[in-house]
Amino acid sequence: MNDKGKIMAGLIIFIGIFTFPFYSNLGKASAVPEPLLNTPVIKQMPVKQCVETKEYMRANHMQMLNEWRDMLLRDGIKTYKSMSNGKEYVISLQNTCLNCHSNKKDFCDTCHKYLAVHPYCWDCHFGPKEAGV
Amino acid sequence: MAKLPKPEELGKIDYTPPSTGWMDTPVEFKPGYFCNAAKEKNLAGLHMPNARTWSVKDEDWKLPDNWKEIIMEGLRERLEKYRSLRIFMDICVRCGACADKCHFFIGTGDPKNMPVLRAELLRSVYRKEYTTAGKILGKFAGAREMTIDVLKEWWYYFFQCTECRRCSVFCPYGIDQAEITIVGRELLNLLGLNIDWIMGPANACYHKGNHLGIEPHTFKSSIEFFLDDIKTITGIDIEPSFNRKGAEILFVTPSGDVFADPGTYTAMGYLMLFHELGLDYTWSTYASEGGNFGFFTNNELAKKLNAKIYAEAKRLGVKWILGGECGHMWRVLSQYMDTWNGPADFLEVPKSPITGTVFENARSMKMVHITEFTADLMKHNKLKLDPSRNDDVRLTWHDSCNTARGMGLLEEPRYIAKQVCNNFFEMPENTIREKTFCCGSGSGLNASENMDMRLKGGLPRANAVKYVHEKHGVNTVGNVCAIDRATLTTAIDYWSPGVRVSGLHELVANALVMKGEKTRRTNLRFEPLPGVEQVDDDQPEEE
Amino acid sequence: MGALLSFIGVLVLVLVAVIGAKANMQFILGVAVPYAAAATFVIGLVMRVMKWASSPVPFRIPTTCGQQKTLPWIKHDWVENPTTIWGVLARMFFEVFLFRSLFRNTKTELHEGPKLVYGSAKWLWFFGLVFHWSFLVIAIRHLRFFSEQVPGLIQLLESLDNFLQIGAPGLYLTDLALISAVTVLFLRRVVLPNIKYISLPADYFPLFLIGGIAVSGVLMRYFTKVHIVGVKQFTMSLVSLSPKLPQSEIGAIFWVHLLLVSALFAYFPFSKLVHMAGVFMSPTRNLASTGRIKRHINPWNYPVKIHTYEEYENDFRDKMKAAGLPVEKE
Repeated sequence: MNDKGKIMAGLIIFIGIFTFPFYSNLGKASAVPEPLLNTPVIKQMPVKQCVETKEYMRANHMQMLNEWRDMLLRDGIKTYKSMSNGKEYVISLQNTCLNCHSNKKDFCDTCHKYLAVHPYCWDCHFGPKEAGV
Repeated sequence: MAKLPKPEELGKIDYTPPSTGWMDTPVEFKPGYFCNAAKEKNLAGLHMPNARTWSVKDEDWKLPDNWKEIIMEGLRERLEKYRSLRIFMDICVRCGACADKCHFFIGTGDPKNMPVLRAELLRSVYRKEYTTAGKILGKFAGAREMTIDVLKEWWYYFFQCTECRRCSVFCPYGIDQAEITIVGRELLNLLGLNIDWIMGPANACYHKGNHLGIEPHTFKSSIEFFLDDIKTITGIDIEPSFNRKGAEILFVTPSGDVFADPGTYTAMGYLMLFHELGLDYTWSTYASEGGNFGFFTNNELAKKLNAKIYAEAKRLGVKWILGGECGHMWRVLSQYMDTWNGPADFLEVPKSPITGTVFENARSMKMVHITEFTADLMKHNKLKLDPSRNDDVRLTWHDSCNTARGMGLLEEPRYIAKQVCNNFFEMPENTIREKTFCCGSGSGLNASENMDMRLKGGLPRANAVKYVHEKHGVNTVGNVCAIDRATLTTAIDYWSPGVRVSGLHELVANALVMKGEKTRRTNLRFEPLPGVEQVDDDQPEEE
Repeated sequence: MGALLSFIGVLVLVLVAVIGAKANMQFILGVAVPYAAAATFVIGLVMRVMKWASSPVPFRIPTTCGQQKTLPWIKHDWVENPTTIWGVLARMFFEVFLFRSLFRNTKTELHEGPKLVYGSAKWLWFFGLVFHWSFLVIAIRHLRFFSEQVPGLIQLLESLDNFLQIGAPGLYLTDLALISAVTVLFLRRVVLPNIKYISLPADYFPLFLIGGIAVSGVLMRYFTKVHIVGVKQFTMSLVSLSPKLPQSEIGAIFWVHLLLVSALFAYFPFSKLVHMAGVFMSPTRNLASTGRIKRHINPWNYPVKIHTYEEYENDFRDKMKAAGLPVEKE
């Protein structure tokens, strides 16, 4: 007994599964997300500076948001002192973060969508009112 | 086996592995753990390679100069013949699940008796020869050169495995050490390195029809001797037929049943049952062996020995074949016979002449196991039974490795046992059915010179027997295997005295109420039946 | 000894990745090696399976682990002793997805007497199952780096994996599970004397490798951080077969992770890891137990010389006649 047919079928399934990422992406240009920083508030800023550096924010914003939540709600701390520029910021998603980044769709969502990340911020918080939405 | 240590001594088992790695621990040939070398006449009788007189204890095993080439060529050939071997060489992850499942490891604590390591003995050579990593990295890839010491190690450990397949039940990939041992032994046989306890019976079987070398007239007279005993016990005359053309059924059983106690009582059981049914059947002196010691030598010899059964069935013109109580016989019949020597298109699909039941499960190979046959009779109330005659029997059931794991014959014998015996107790769950333990002497290792090893291998089985002996007063181990009947007695007498071994049809015949029988006063062993005063017969007490 | 060697081996790989990333060898680390590894994996595994397939299965040798199909009134165990394709499929399903055989595992203990006791020992089964399943989930989850529109199923799997919503980024349960399982599987190899005795370097190496992959992945996600959008741009360029190395620095740990994964892929077809394919092809499990029901053909079956009845009668004719046994020739 050889079962060649069954074995070939098994191998084809294996190759099919393993090469799925290759053929499913073939010929598709990958759209690189570009979060927009063109909100009215940011435009008016003389120095375009977030609470920390761009690189820090890119890697750690999710942790910072968690920390802010804990500082404010559990420990009653109302301000955050920046490590990069020493300024104090009011801890508030709505009034600090989203004040500048009022374009959730063109800012937050671009990368999150790209990476299929589903932050649960918006389970509780309202998103910013966006022009045209 | 001159002086055997006491059970307390032999039962002290050290499971700590040696401080040296297994490749650096040379094999030590311990007396009592190996069998004698195959004799020249038995090797020559079967035209096996390298027939010569040799001894295991000699430094020089008298191998041909190109022995290594022969082994490597043999391995290559078998890798191409058996997918099982190829896969089992590659996929073991050494998880160790098989380790403490082997009765020889449990009994000896010798790490090379862990199935995983027994397989590594061969795998290491395979890696050196066939894998890139093994060629380059050597020992670090688990590879090693084939040397004379490796060969001797193979011999020692491949004849320290009973091919019982218990490891295969627990292996997550179903790796079957039996497959590896079978190939290992085939390779050894290319150099004439068998044991005589296998080669002798195989040679006898080839020329004389059965392992014990019983010649036709003696075979007949042995059975006639049982008829006298049956007459004494039941008052009934039985006239079986031999080599009779035109019989409906050919009956084949292991020759041990005809020759050695307590198998003989089982043979008496068959005779009485068939007589009571008025079965149109015949014995054969030519195909007078159901067992197959060729199976422990190589595939070709196994096929040769097996071929007689169909050949004889064809010559006699029977309709189908009934097989007796035997273990590896049924592994061979269930999984090899039809492929080797079929198609048995000159036979009919077996049909019980008593109940009309058609044995669809044997549709192609046309051989029925006697417990399938008898269970069917009992289900249809075709037998008059008085189980109280077995009331002195407190029975437990030992599933034989091969019928359990190479066939799945689990319920038929239990059903029969419970019909003929009122006191039935199971051994612990982890030691029965597909997880049953070997008697420790299967696959041709039931010699006497390797008694220490046999007893150690028999410990797990005997220990479970002891458990029910102490808990439920069990005094009898029932089974359907000739090697069990021959060897379990020894192991159980040693580890758990007070329990005896009985074939199933012995118990059936004791309970069978036959037409015209006189009042029975004894069982088939000439012991008084329960409730009967001591018989003042000339029969000796149980030994 | 074997463990130490394997550990050093994995450490060397880590160092190569770190140094390579610093020494501007991103093309080799990021493009050449991963492509070569992926090709080796697929081609190597296919060739391995073809090699196995080239040998036939001459005999019906299933290990029967339940009641055979026999008389109609005896309950047939159609999964553990299958006679149909459905039974075989069910048996293989339990074996492949739930590790049925390993579930039977017992632990043998010897007490005074001697007295043998067999205890239940499901922990190898449990950690084995945890290990393989979490590995599979993690592998599937990674498809989010290899697909533009991440399929809904993968997103669902990910949200399940993250269902406790601990911290940010959310903690994947499979990350914890994989690392604990690898640790247990490693520890049993060094703690249990007999398991240690049978372990080869080839047993430790994959554990360290997979452990290294898991740890570097965890570091990347939760601790040292990488430029994740840059990573996905890069991985997408790889799978769309137009590799573009990341423009900006994405973090050395990523190169470590990638090299270890590549090593695993490349090592796979030449190691015991081929059990992934082998488990499907094991003749003691994937054969229906129909040795008596149907005739199976051995492709290399050949005729053998047997001792015929005629020869037998010639040897014993006189004795047979004297005993009253019928003979063919007088």
